[in-house]
Amino acid sequence: MLWGSFALFTLVLGLFLAAVLAPRFGRGVSQARWIILGGLILPVPVLAGLTFYAFAQGEFLLKGAVSEANEVLEVRAIGRMWQWQFSYPSVSGGPVHTDILHIPAGRTIEIIAESEDVIHSFWVPRLGGKIDAVPGHSSRLRIRADQPGRYGGICSEYCGTGHAGMQFEVRALGQDDFRDFLTGGLRHD
Amino acid sequence: MTENQTLHHNPIALHKALDRIWGTKPGWGRLAAVNHNVIGVRFMLTALVFFAIGGVLAMLIRTQLASSQSVFMDAETYGQVFTMHGTIMMFLFAIPFFEGMAIYLLPKLLGTRDLAFPRLGAYGYWCYLFGGMILIGALLAGVAPNSGWFMYTPLSSSVYAPGINSDVWLLGITFVEISALSAAVEIIVTIMKIRAPGMSLDRMPIFAWYMLVVATMMLIGFPPLILGSILLEVERAFDLPFFDPTRGGDPLLWQHLFWLFGHPEVYIIFLPAAGAISTILPVLAGTPLAGYRMIVSAIVSMAFLSFGLWVHHMYTVGIPHVALSFFSAASALVAIPTAIQIFAWLATLAHGRARFSIPMLHIFGFFFVFVIGGLTGVMLAMVPFDWQAHDTHFVVAHLHYVLVGGFIFPMLATAYYWVPHLTGKQPVQHLSHAAFWMIFIGFNVTFFFMHLTGLRGMPRRIFEYPAEFGWEVLNFVSSMGSFVMAMGFALVALDFILLFKFGRAFRRNPWKAGTLEWAMPTPPPSYNFASIPRVDNRADLLDPDVIGPHLAAGRGYLGMPRDDRMEVLGVNSVTGEPEQLVLLPRQTFLPFWTAVATGSFFLLMLFKFYWATPVALAAVIVCFCLWSRSSPSSFDDDAVPIGHGETVPVHIRAESPPSYLAMVLTLVADATLYISLLFGCLFLWISAPNWPPANLQSPSLWLLILAATSMSLGSLGSRISKKSAHMSLLGNGLAFAGHLISTGSFISIAFYSLPSASGHAATASLFVIVCYISLHGVVGSIFAAHALWRALRDHDMSVRVLDLKIGALWHDYSAASAFAAVGFCLLLDSLVRDGGV
Repeated sequence: MLWGSFALFTLVLGLFLAAVLAPRFGRGVSQARWIILGGLILPVPVLAGLTFYAFAQGEFLLKGAVSEANEVLEVRAIGRMWQWQFSYPSVSGGPVHTDILHIPAGRTIEIIAESEDVIHSFWVPRLGGKIDAVPGHSSRLRIRADQPGRYGGICSEYCGTGHAGMQFEVRALGQDDFRDFLTGGLRHD
Repeated sequence: MTENQTLHHNPIALHKALDRIWGTKPGWGRLAAVNHNVIGVRFMLTALVFFAIGGVLAMLIRTQLASSQSVFMDAETYGQVFTMHGTIMMFLFAIPFFEGMAIYLLPKLLGTRDLAFPRLGAYGYWCYLFGGMILIGALLAGVAPNSGWFMYTPLSSSVYAPGINSDVWLLGITFVEISALSAAVEIIVTIMKIRAPGMSLDRMPIFAWYMLVVATMMLIGFPPLILGSILLEVERAFDLPFFDPTRGGDPLLWQHLFWLFGHPEVYIIFLPAAGAISTILPVLAGTPLAGYRMIVSAIVSMAFLSFGLWVHHMYTVGIPHVALSFFSAASALVAIPTAIQIFAWLATLAHGRARFSIPMLHIFGFFFVFVIGGLTGVMLAMVPFDWQAHDTHFVVAHLHYVLVGGFIFPMLATAYYWVPHLTGKQPVQHLSHAAFWMIFIGFNVTFFFMHLTGLRGMPRRIFEYPAEFGWEVLNFVSSMGSFVMAMGFALVALDFILLFKFGRAFRRNPWKAGTLEWAMPTPPPSYNFASIPRVDNRADLLDPDVIGPHLAAGRGYLGMPRDDRMEVLGVNSVTGEPEQLVLLPRQTFLPFWTAVATGSFFLLMLFKFYWATPVALAAVIVCFCLWSRSSPSSFDDDAVPIGHGETVPVHIRAESPPSYLAMVLTLVADATLYISLLFGCLFLWISAPNWPPANLQSPSLWLLILAATSMSLGSLGSRISKKSAHMSLLGNGLAFAGHLISTGSFISIAFYSLPSASGHAATASLFVIVCYISLHGVVGSIFAAHALWRALRDHDMSVRVLDLKIGALWHDYSAASAFAAVGFCLLLDSLVRDGGV
């Protein structure tokens, strides 16, 4: 998309400068042909291709960036001014943490975003897209961390004076560590 | 006749006679100005003051973000500053500025003396000024709106924003939007009816086509925003839960209503600028505009598409992906009409011999910046990309590329092109180049790097950020760029001040343009044209140097001032042949006082003196009733000479007078608001949690039928009243009684028959719908009472037919909307009963 944009930008600006500075440039092409070539023939295939590609890519991401989405782990993320609370609805009596989300690496996570007050938005830039937590609704988003590690997360919908500080951390754990975590065996550091 | 003889072909005498009629009086008389030259310039200058204020706020933002160690502003101040920056730039600068430009230019380009409704323009200006002052007052008092310029609720609701901050936005902006709607009606009617004879639709200058499309978009686009603001204000003031999910409301309803306005808004701002480029660029290239018809069809399709894109601001709220891809495809599609215009301009340049003058330099800036904004726009239209970039600084960068590229640079080109017209002086051009390059370089440094800040994950609207996130260098670069840009704007201001002081005078038509605004002396006289031209070619391919002296000598139409009347010609909308002599109202203080009364209503609402608001509303109604009394004295004859041996009727006796079209357009805007309201309620039924309500008891069917049927008496009465003078009394009496009964029944439904409106969004919706109809009943009864009074007072039917026709439109619309309301009550009842979703 970046290189395509760069090419189109160079093309349009190049044509502009050539048309202004070079007196004879483009005079051989009729005005109607200019408009049809540049206004229809050029953008239609580019836009059509891009739209279909984006749709396919969006479907792929919705499944959690894997072709087979098995073993999806649900995480409930409740936003409130100005913190996130994470819990695991499928694990009865499972842990509840504030501003730290533990997930297993290499497994697709489905975030169920909800809000107790105003609109917040759950976003971990390195793990995928974002989803708004709208009061009265539960919206879903799939993310996935391929490698264990720590990833920064941030609220991305303006939610009042504490918005800038509404940050959280995702800790992607190995399979065993995560199992320990769920049973309360993992010590906090 | 003798007076006419002396004036004939004597430009100086003609000028004096006309200027005495059309000119604005000095001193306090300035408050009575209705002339479009005065009003247009006032709009533009006021908008520039707001631009400066918005610019200062932008610099405060950049100062705050320049470093991660910044302790310049706290979070609350920062919230007010970025909210007001966006609000001011959108609502108090961009829209009013192009409105002012259109008000100033349109009558000149169309070859006429003024707009169709000069008083409405003046009223709009005062509403804009007073509304803007409310917002700036709140900023100075430290209680400015603070939830972002799109005011997402519940953050802006009474629970999370208990102060008056949000009320300032909702009421102030709605007050300002009165000027947008009145300008929309005025611009459409002027373009459709008040043109030079011979100017058929396909001979209109391209700018008029652009403004016709823009004004139509404003007419449809603003009502959803006004509705949303009313509903949110009603929720805040009277606890009607439209957006509260615990009581059947939905915060997403606000987002839909806001962006249903907000996306067309982008094109509403871009198209006037594109219209200016389509006018200026061919002149600078010395060749006619390429693809006039292609451009017209491109902008019409752009207008249609722009109403189908609003959801692309809401990709992350959890709407299903298939639905999103529809909006994604539509967003990509809208790039095509833009591409057609860009290549039409390139074709024009290629076939002409371009002069690289100052306006052309700014057009280069437009191409450079706007194309980048368009390309990032296509990126953001793609759903997966947007999930990543949404609400980050990438979006901030994109929207500034679009708005500064699509509006500011074209407006600077416009200013350098038309300020000589406005002042009668040409620039000296020492600072112009430096100013351009400082703005251009400063802008790109600020916002190009902001794309990267956003891609590195910096969300918008944060007042501080940790140093270790790696955003600091980019932010510092952006801040430095913004200061260079600000200095560039200061240089532009200085450049224009120097032009006013030391500019060189010129004779006529410095750019060798082919449009009619140059066929007049500069600065323009209050009446524009001493006589009105006949146009026999496309109105941007004319020769002002020949036409100007011809018109100044009074050789066109209406080259004879008569009895202090302000006269213009009304033409057939399609063919442009003269149909009527339109008599415009003279200078009056009424628009000023009406705006003061309107403003007092908004201030009483703001400071929660709700009990006193009916007094203010009554004052507004009385003021508007006075407007109809100060109408100009008419002619007794059916056929009035207009010059060249032609005669036409006066507008009140004509087939389709401007005010009739204005009423149709007002009702279109009104109906858009009503339809948005009905669909908004259905949306709540589909989307909101906590439905169905526990106790939705429907109002009595008989009362509903009585209410709607008596409203239709108004419709019947207006039909009877057209037959004769006696029937007129009967018909209007019937209409008056019908409206009163209907209003009474609807009010009793609202307050006694429905359960408490604050209990659930469903009853709140029905309550608001019923109040909407009651309001129409009240206004309808005023129309009927006014007609009764006229019928008792004078018996000249022919003069009153126009009033009756306009009243009939209102009565018919009220009856139709009353039946729709009854139908909607029954529909909602059955939907809720048959198991809500």
